[in-house]
This record gives sequence, structure tokens and C-alpha cells, in this order.
Amino acid sequence: MQGLEVRGLSKRFGGLVVSEDIDFDLPPGARKALIGPNGAGKSTFANLVTGILAPTGGTIRFDGQDIAGLDEAQRVKRGIAKTFQITTLFSGLTVRENLRLPVLERRGRGGGLFRRADGDPAIETEVEALLAQFDLLPFADRPVVDLAYGQQRLVEMALTLALKPRVLILDEPAAGVPSSETHLIIEAIERLPGDLAVLVIEHDMDLVFRVARSIVVLVQGRILTEGTPGEIATNAQVRELYLGGAHG
Amino acid sequence: MNRRLLSLLLILLAGGAAYLLFPYNLAFLTRILIMIVLVLSLDLILGLAGIATLGQAAMYGAGAYAAGLFAIHVWADPVAGLLAGALAGAALAALSGAVLMRTQGLTLIMLTIAVAQICAEIANRARAVTGGADGLRGIRPGKVLGLWEFDFIGITGYWYAFAVMALVLLALAVIARSPFGLSLRGIHESPERMVAIGVSVYRRRLAAYTMGGAVAGTAGALSAQITQLVSLEAFSFTLSAEALIMLILGGTGRLYGAVLGTVIFMAVHHLAAANDPFNWLFVIGALVLAVVFFLPRGLIVLPTGLKRLAKGGRHAGS
Repeated sequence: MQGLEVRGLSKRFGGLVVSEDIDFDLPPGARKALIGPNGAGKSTFANLVTGILAPTGGTIRFDGQDIAGLDEAQRVKRGIAKTFQITTLFSGLTVRENLRLPVLERRGRGGGLFRRADGDPAIETEVEALLAQFDLLPFADRPVVDLAYGQQRLVEMALTLALKPRVLILDEPAAGVPSSETHLIIEAIERLPGDLAVLVIEHDMDLVFRVARSIVVLVQGRILTEGTPGEIATNAQVRELYLGGAHG
Repeated sequence: MNRRLLSLLLILLAGGAAYLLFPYNLAFLTRILIMIVLVLSLDLILGLAGIATLGQAAMYGAGAYAAGLFAIHVWADPVAGLLAGALAGAALAALSGAVLMRTQGLTLIMLTIAVAQICAEIANRARAVTGGADGLRGIRPGKVLGLWEFDFIGITGYWYAFAVMALVLLALAVIARSPFGLSLRGIHESPERMVAIGVSVYRRRLAAYTMGGAVAGTAGALSAQITQLVSLEAFSFTLSAEALIMLILGGTGRLYGAVLGTVIFMAVHHLAAANDPFNWLFVIGALVLAVVFFLPRGLIVLPTGLKRLAKGGRHAGS
């Protein structure tokens, strides 16, 4: 099948089970959200899919091929990319340079020694398009560290999208963003390419219900339920989980 | 383009001016030029790529011994000797870097020191080849490009070292602007992120370390050819540490900072040591402290800082 296909995925740290028997599909064009209380294993799941962590059991297939043996960099080349929860941008470089780096690498030009880094018109066109898509043109030549946090999160998304992924995992895209700037993030997610498979991991329910067409609820490393936003909003177990705060 | 031409012209002018102003100090000026090449190599790997090292003398020494031995046993041509030195520096960097570039921070610093110490000990033991503690003698380089003989006053030596320094500076300026240079800055800023955009950080760092080794080896080769002697000092910790201080003094990651820092360090060292042979280290110490506290990004930011200050702007170092 096309897209991402996870079967029976498990991860243990010693005796601690953080992911158990997870089945999960993410076909092209999907807009899924992964929610759950703190410590439910959401970030672990993302790290297993992107190759930052190695699973203790189960399979991960991408377009029908087993990708378990590939490391993080190789999975990025296949088209699975993740944004970072804590911003790890190239903070001393300008926004434009931050976006130029992934475009250069994706096109296999990152090791070039003799041309100027900004000397390829095709690459510059692509960088400009990304800047425009995320409304970053006014800040293009400022170092990232000088930007407001909401804008930095947009650079984070633009940088990851510059890799032209086919699966994009957004790990808490709005974490730390003041609520007055959350709409910037939501709009950016809504403008992502239609055929891209998107998985959002997020605490902000407003954002989740705005962008997701399907929501997966993770509790203590297991999938509790999966459904449309309407089904999840009326699900008794989920309501109890969030209103009861038993696992918070 | 204009700015690049201008800075090139400026360097040529400075080289000519130094030659005319201090005709009796050519040996000292040449020493500065050689140090600039070494400090430039450090700026490539530390300033751009953020690879912490206190053992750059290893590659410098390898280049010096290689060029010396090459001149004695193989061919006296200086340019060929330079290539031999660069090759030796690159080879040692690639070989040691294959292990070293897997480590970071304090571990890496300790290992770079260890590599230089091991090289010094090998050179010390292999007396038959290197002359041991007596140094490698009998280096008689031929005419530069078959045209200019190394003279007693050091005119050829000066311009030869100057040409090599200018070429190295130019080459590194091209590399710094290239995609590879940008990726090194990226690795410096956030290695995790570079992995996340699909880069083998280890391979990039190894490539940078090897290039830095070639440049350091070139500096060592220059020194061997011009002083016609290689001593164990070429591998010394002091040399690595002083090169690092010069780079920090001038400012890292901008190449011109390496040039400026070396010139100022060596000039202050020269003057202070002449005036007070016992306490000159205090002057150097005070200078380094002042720069680290007031201009953490190095003396190279001083002009922009002063300009901003004159406009009533922000603090120079910020």
C-alpha cells in the first residue's frame, strides 16, 4: 500500500513499556492527529517512525517496503520528515540560509565546494517560494534567533517541508507559541500540499480539531481509539480521560 | 564582487607596505605569514565547522617533516614540497579524524592533544629519519618555480609565503561561501538538525578536518622550507594553543579574523618580548582577557562595533 503502514509496533525501555502493539496507517493526503495525556508515548511513536529510536518489536513499512533497517537520514531521503518539538534551527543563520540548507541537501548539492551556496537559480527560486508560502519574506535576511517564537515555528515547518517529504510529522507545532499566534500555525498547516500525508502531535485541542480529519488517541503506549473529530469529541472514554485528568 | 576585489587589493597592499616599512624584519614577517596559514586552517575546522581542537600542530608538524624529508630525499622543488606537506597533513587528519570525528567536546579536545603528542614522540624516537631532538637539518629547497632562489635576507621567502597565504585565503573564502561551507556552519549551529535534513554529519566533519589538515600541512611545509629546519616544536602543544588564541583574538568563522588575530598576537608578542623579556606574557594575557570580556566575537567586529557606537547604537560586542 501507499504511504506509511505500522503494525504491532512496540518499544520498551528496560521494564518500562512506552509503546505497545500499535497499528497505524497514514496514506497520502491524510490529515491525522495523535493526541493523549502526557507520557502516553506520542513523541516516542514519532521517534520510532522517523528512526531516531529503534523499536523492540513490530514492523514499519513505507510504500510497501520495510524501512526498519534505515537510519534517520536515510528515512528523510525516502520522504519521512519530522519537525522538532523543541526548536533546533540554525539560529545564527538567516531564515533564507536555514531554508537553503535543506534544499541544497535534497538536491544532492550540499557538498559542493566551488560554486556559491546562493548561486543556483533553481534552488533560490525554491527557497523564495517557501519563504512566500510561510509568510516569511519580510524576515528572510534576519538571523532566526531574532524572530518571534511563532515565526520560528513557521521556519521549523518550512525547513522540514523543504525536504519535499511525502510524510510530514508535526511534533507539537504550536508548543510554546502564545495563543495569539496559534492561528499562524493553523493557517500554515492548512496550506500544506494536498497529497502530503500529515500527522500532527499536539496538546492544543483547538488546533487538532481545526486541522485533523481523523484523530488517534494514545494512552499509556496503546491506541485507545481512532475516529473522526466528531466521534472523538463525543467518545465517553476520551471525555473522561481529558476531563477526569486521571493520567495528567 | 567589488568587495572581494577590494579586500584582495587591501591584502596585497598590506603585504607590500609591510615589506617596504620593515625591510630588516622580513624573517619575522614571514613567520607571521606562516602562522596565518596555520590559523586559517583552524578557522576552517573550528570557526566554520565548530570542531573543537587543541592539536592542529599535529598536521602542521606532519607537513613540516614531510616537506623537509621530501626536499632532502626526493626533490628540492619548493612547490612540490608544499604539495607533499599538504598531502601529509591531509593524510594524518583523515586517518586520525576517522576516529576523532566520532567524538565531540572535551573528549575530542583530549584526543586531538593526544594525536599531536604521539606524533611528537614518534618524531623523537625515529632519530635516523627525523633527527630526533636535534631536528631535521639539511633542507635545501630549490628555486621557487625555477625562478627565484631563497636568498639570505629572506626576500624570496617573504613573497613566497605571502603568495601561499593569499592563495590559501582565497581558496578558503571560496569554500566558506560554497554549499559545503554553509553546511559546515549548519553543523556548527545544530548537528542534530543536519542529520534531520539527511546529512551524514560525520562525513562532512571528516572532510572539513581533512581539508584543515591539508592547510595546516601547507603551513608546516612553508616553515620547513623557509627556516630550512624542522624541530620537534612543530608538534608542540604550545603551537596548537597559540594558534587557537590568535583565532579567538581575531574572531572565529570569518577568515579575516584569523589574519588580524595572528598579526596582532605576533606583533604584540614581538614588541612586548623585546621591551620586557621576562613579563611579556602578562601583556598577551591582558590582551586576550580584554578581548574575551569586551569583544567576545573577536577584534574583527571592532570596526562595525565602533560605527554602531558612533551612531549611538548598541554595544560593540553584542
